[in-house]
Amino acid sequence: MRDRELPDEQGYFGPWGGKFVPETLMSALAELERAYAEACADASFWQEFDSLCHHYIGRPTPLYFARRLSERIGGAQIILKREDLAHTGAHKINNALGQGLLARRMGKRRIVAETGAGQHGVATATVCALLEMECIVYMGVEDIHRQQMNVFRMKLLGAEVRPVSSGSRTLKDAINEAIRDWVTNVRTTHYLLGSVVGPHPYPMMVRDFQSIIGREAREQMLATYQRLPDYIVACVGGGSNAMGIFYPFLNDHGVKLIGVEAYHSASLTVGEPGVLHGTRSYLLQDKHGQVSSTHSIAPGLDYPGVGPEHSYLKDSGRAEYVAVTDDQALEGFQMLCETEGIIPALEPSHAIYYAALLAKGLPREKVIVMNLSGRGDKDLEIVAGAMGVR
Amino acid sequence: MSRIEQVFADKNHKALIAYVTVGYPSLAATLEIVPVLASSGCDIVELGIPFSDPLADGPTIQRASYEALQQGVTPEICLEVARKLRHLVNIPLIFMGYYNPVLRYGPEPFCSKCAEVGIDGLIIPDLPPEEGAELEGLAQRQGIDLIYLLAPTSDDIRIKLVAERTRGFIYLVSITGTTGVRGALPEDLESFVAKVRARTRRPLCVGFGISTPAQARRVSSVADGIIVGSRIIELIEEDGTLANLRAFIGRLRKEIG
Repeated sequence: MRDRELPDEQGYFGPWGGKFVPETLMSALAELERAYAEACADASFWQEFDSLCHHYIGRPTPLYFARRLSERIGGAQIILKREDLAHTGAHKINNALGQGLLARRMGKRRIVAETGAGQHGVATATVCALLEMECIVYMGVEDIHRQQMNVFRMKLLGAEVRPVSSGSRTLKDAINEAIRDWVTNVRTTHYLLGSVVGPHPYPMMVRDFQSIIGREAREQMLATYQRLPDYIVACVGGGSNAMGIFYPFLNDHGVKLIGVEAYHSASLTVGEPGVLHGTRSYLLQDKHGQVSSTHSIAPGLDYPGVGPEHSYLKDSGRAEYVAVTDDQALEGFQMLCETEGIIPALEPSHAIYYAALLAKGLPREKVIVMNLSGRGDKDLEIVAGAMGVR
Repeated sequence: MSRIEQVFADKNHKALIAYVTVGYPSLAATLEIVPVLASSGCDIVELGIPFSDPLADGPTIQRASYEALQQGVTPEICLEVARKLRHLVNIPLIFMGYYNPVLRYGPEPFCSKCAEVGIDGLIIPDLPPEEGAELEGLAQRQGIDLIYLLAPTSDDIRIKLVAERTRGFIYLVSITGTTGVRGALPEDLESFVAKVRARTRRPLCVGFGISTPAQARRVSSVADGIIVGSRIIELIEEDGTLANLRAFIGRLRKEIG
């Protein structure tokens, strides 16, 4: 994790990335960069991170061979990286913990965060409770409505959830509001951004904290199967779980990397270069440069932008990106429930559908690792609604 | 000397800069409001290009931006409005807008079109000098001033960087925060202005949160100009005849000298 080539000093992955933020935040970003560089060089920081990853989050999460799912499909073997078993039920906790420890080092005791599905909000609220920090989470009213349980969880954990009713009232607007809060309270506040998006150093830092997923998966593959997988499949909204599992495999050129977007918020599949939330990346926008409102059944994928490193991986051809519809994601969701007794979140259900589709066309000796980035308890109401069950 | 720089040529004259969102409440209104601003004593008008995600703006300008977009205002339409205004007023006109619409239009055609319709300057709040090199070069080639901002959080290195790279003036953001009317300006505003003043000879204009004649007087006693935005939007909303706006601008003009 600690040695890397990209981003460059200015925070660019090729033409993607950068720091497109109001002047007020430029010093804060420089301070964050310095603090993170110091933390990177400090073994005790990583000792504490690793120790909490193990004892608090429950890492390493299992690498689980989905035998019945693979049999039902009758092609390649599918192995699940069980991030759904991490504390709080999704991979988001890895980054929240890392940044929480960093904020404490920086002496910042007020944390603001955005959330879409609520998973990052819950993870942030959890870490703030653990580290005794004030926590404010911005969430679009649309998402508050469809992720009630996570709103309640955040409140139980002591966070204040602030509804955002501007724009499309989803993740994009929650980020706008979190940035406005950060601009206003920058001297005392750390913005705990939840994905590999935003201005430098966030895409790098979040990737580094999340790359524990890929490092574990790589070691587990070698230890259990004495080989690397042929494919890695992960869902992409902002792209943190995908970047986390892809990153340690970037130099393993035999391993194909596939990111799965939601059909109506597929920045990489159909977006055009643009600047949103401080970074230059593929972006869903109209011909006048206004950012599009997106829609996905999975609130965590409902974002018109994407992490700049994914744009870089797309352009270089190192990773491939595809899109899956709401209905297809629901099919993936049900398939995993029925065959494995695992209720997945709707976000990775997109990846499940695509992994199954991919497996079907491959011989039995091929191996696909699918990042099961979160569990589905939070989505039961949405799924019930979609299935016509009330 | 650019048209914007000429505004600051007389050191005893403090610049009064007004912001309006193009197309709010309507395109016809913008064509009426800007001449009123000019004739009541404004030295420069900032024309806001509406954007879907105005993250440096508070509720008032967010609302204006949203409504303008609802009415179909695009960068192309803003350019056409600027062209018409250029025939109606003589004062410098500046576009204030976020970077993505400029990027989408194409920085090069955007700058040449700006020059063609008579735009004098650009303020792009999400484009710090680190990211601005390309637009800066293109703007300069067209004789347009790209105006950079400084904030209370900017350190000496950043002050030096912005002072070297800005054209026209430096936009000092009075507070850490978004645009919008506030009860009080920060106590350390004077020392912030003085800190920048000690490091550059560029004109310094202060914006964000200035809404009353008393605030205007206080700021103009240390700065070379003041920028008023959200309060102007509010006055336009309160009184469509623009009489209140005219009176307000007249009052500010008197206060700042």
